[in-house]
Amino acid sequence: MSAPTTDTKAKSPTYQDYFINMGPQHPSTHGVLRMIVKLSGETVLGLTPHLGYVHRGIEKMTEAQTAVQITHLTDRLDYLSAHMNNWAWSMTVEQALGIAVPERAEYLRVIMSELTRIASHQLWWGVFGMDLGAFTPFLYGFRDREMINDIFEKSCGSRLTMNYICPGGVTQDVTGEFEGETRRFVEYFKPIIEEYETLVSGNVIIQERTKGVGILPADRAKAYGCTGPVLRASGVDYDLRKNHPYGVYPRFDFRTAVSPEGDSWARYIVRLEEMRQSLKIITQALDQMPKEGPVRTKLPPTLKIPKGRYMARGETARGEIAFFLVGNDSPKPYRVKIRTPCFSNLSAFPEIIKGWRVADIVTVLSTFDVVVPDIDR
Amino acid sequence: MNNFIYKTDSMVEWLTNWLQQHLHNPLLVEIVKMLVGAGVLAGFVSVLAMVLIYIERKVAAHMQQRLGPMRVGPHGIFQTVADSIKLLTKECITPQDVDRFVFNLAPLVCFVAAFVSLSFIPFAPRIQAVNFNVGILFILGISSLGVFGILAAGWASNNKWSLLGAMRAGAQIISYELSAVLALLAILIFAGTLDFKEIVESQRNGWWIWRAHGIGIVAFLIYTIASTAECNRTPFDIVEGESELTAGFHTEYSAIKFAMFFLAEFINVFLVCAISATVFFGGWMPFHIGDMTALNGIFDLVPPFVWFFGKVFALVFVVMWFRWTFPRLRVDQLMRFEWKYLMPLALINLGVGAVLAAYGGFFFNKF
Repeated sequence: MSAPTTDTKAKSPTYQDYFINMGPQHPSTHGVLRMIVKLSGETVLGLTPHLGYVHRGIEKMTEAQTAVQITHLTDRLDYLSAHMNNWAWSMTVEQALGIAVPERAEYLRVIMSELTRIASHQLWWGVFGMDLGAFTPFLYGFRDREMINDIFEKSCGSRLTMNYICPGGVTQDVTGEFEGETRRFVEYFKPIIEEYETLVSGNVIIQERTKGVGILPADRAKAYGCTGPVLRASGVDYDLRKNHPYGVYPRFDFRTAVSPEGDSWARYIVRLEEMRQSLKIITQALDQMPKEGPVRTKLPPTLKIPKGRYMARGETARGEIAFFLVGNDSPKPYRVKIRTPCFSNLSAFPEIIKGWRVADIVTVLSTFDVVVPDIDR
Repeated sequence: MNNFIYKTDSMVEWLTNWLQQHLHNPLLVEIVKMLVGAGVLAGFVSVLAMVLIYIERKVAAHMQQRLGPMRVGPHGIFQTVADSIKLLTKECITPQDVDRFVFNLAPLVCFVAAFVSLSFIPFAPRIQAVNFNVGILFILGISSLGVFGILAAGWASNNKWSLLGAMRAGAQIISYELSAVLALLAILIFAGTLDFKEIVESQRNGWWIWRAHGIGIVAFLIYTIASTAECNRTPFDIVEGESELTAGFHTEYSAIKFAMFFLAEFINVFLVCAISATVFFGGWMPFHIGDMTALNGIFDLVPPFVWFFGKVFALVFVVMWFRWTFPRLRVDQLMRFEWKYLMPLALINLGVGAVLAAYGGFFFNKF
């Protein structure tokens, strides 16, 4: 199925383009994204995203804070991938200062990150259902996400912006209940994914709405710098955890979820498969994790970042996050550049939405799974 | 006393006699009877809408593994009352630059269309505000007036989202009305009347959904789908489509005017289910199985209005079930579904039904 044809009728002298302003306050823009949509009837002729409604100047703020303080700013980028953002930043600092991370902390980082990935995809799955008009998946998604949030809360006292992974390891060791609870969640969630499949994937309307809708070809995805599930759904087998492994990821047996179609449906099933793979990683990590040991390397009281340029990358739930750090022999960075996944993913959106309907804006944007604070920084 | 409750017609009889004794003028008696009927109906409608909204919220909640309203009254039964009071006392905002007259008229049109249609429904023997020999035709006509209200609201709101919603509504409701009418028509051929009362009477020996050789089942399915679309309910709620159009045609409405749209929507749900129950499920007729006199006797003990409301609320539940499980179709898919699949099917069904009826074939022929 290709995009519906755009209107090429001869325009009358009084013809005016029909512009609608989608956002910044709109139920489906997932925050404060504003899109100017040019319509002909229901058909989208053009779309321009306007960014910056939650711009907080995080990159500039980093120049006034120390490396450890910056960790809590990274939580606020993509708040649904807080652990992964923390981790990518911590890796940057560790690279700059040459800090080694204890074994147990490495495993905790993996487990927390994969739990975050699942939680993020659960929320996305629920919101995806709601964007398509089905309200019930939203509450199912939140029901299961609650268990992960409880695990996070017990580990660090926080449910959304955890600030748990920090330069040198993790802030504190987990409680004794952690392993049992995580295993319980894994066991609980395996059949739940099948429930997700029956409730949403099997529905003929969902398939009608997503199959062949908003196709992002692999070459365009690469050209726009898309990463994460959006790129993998276009048939590009690229996952930092596999292709440029960091942490202890090489020790785990999992596969990259790839789907060749590039349509909304492909982006949907890639995320469901990622949840399954994350469960696999968590089980393996729990088995391999040293039961005892330090979780944080002792750091000097002031982390003076040596002169030089450092960069580390991590795979968040939405794609590749990269921190580029310029040190100046001072505790505060000279400059930090953050490459966030949603910004690049969104840049491909205006191109592929042309010719589709108003309702497809919502569907396709939902499968891109953008988090606006991640775009605006 | 027992008879008084079970035989609702005696209530009407008693009222008429009482009025005749006290008023002496036959015209006055008729007028007072109409006023009483209208008053009862108005009260009924307000209570009905509240009950339906409460049911909807509870059904939704339990499908979504939560409790729904629990705080106001036991199990939150007064929640809708509280909400209604809130809506009635809120400030009625009319945005700048709207077409004031049309903007204020639109909710009334929607509400009146839904309200008037309800007066033709036979709730029990002789409990029917207006009996009319082409009742069903009239209902179909009146209830489609509601679309004018929606179109007017969308146009007068001076809001691009509302306009999109209204245009969708116009296209959708008019298209799906065809299928709904064709489905009903197939049964009306068998029943041989357009009078609601007689349609119910014709099902004394069996409901049309079973009697009409499978035509009834197909017609019922078509009618259920088409009427869901007519009420703008999920999966056909593209008119409101809150994730796309924020709230569609009623985006700019608040307080009592919004309440009227809301009320009209719920009454419409009840109305289509009531028509469905009357035409396909025998209205207030009790369920009878062939010659099982004992069982039929037990069923006869249940008052007719209980049968009627039982059937209607069962159908209402199905419609709500749709809403909380299905996602929404896209506008072009919606139209394709109607014109390419549903309507041809309804036409074929009607044709086959007509042939069968002409050759005198239905089950339980003794009617």
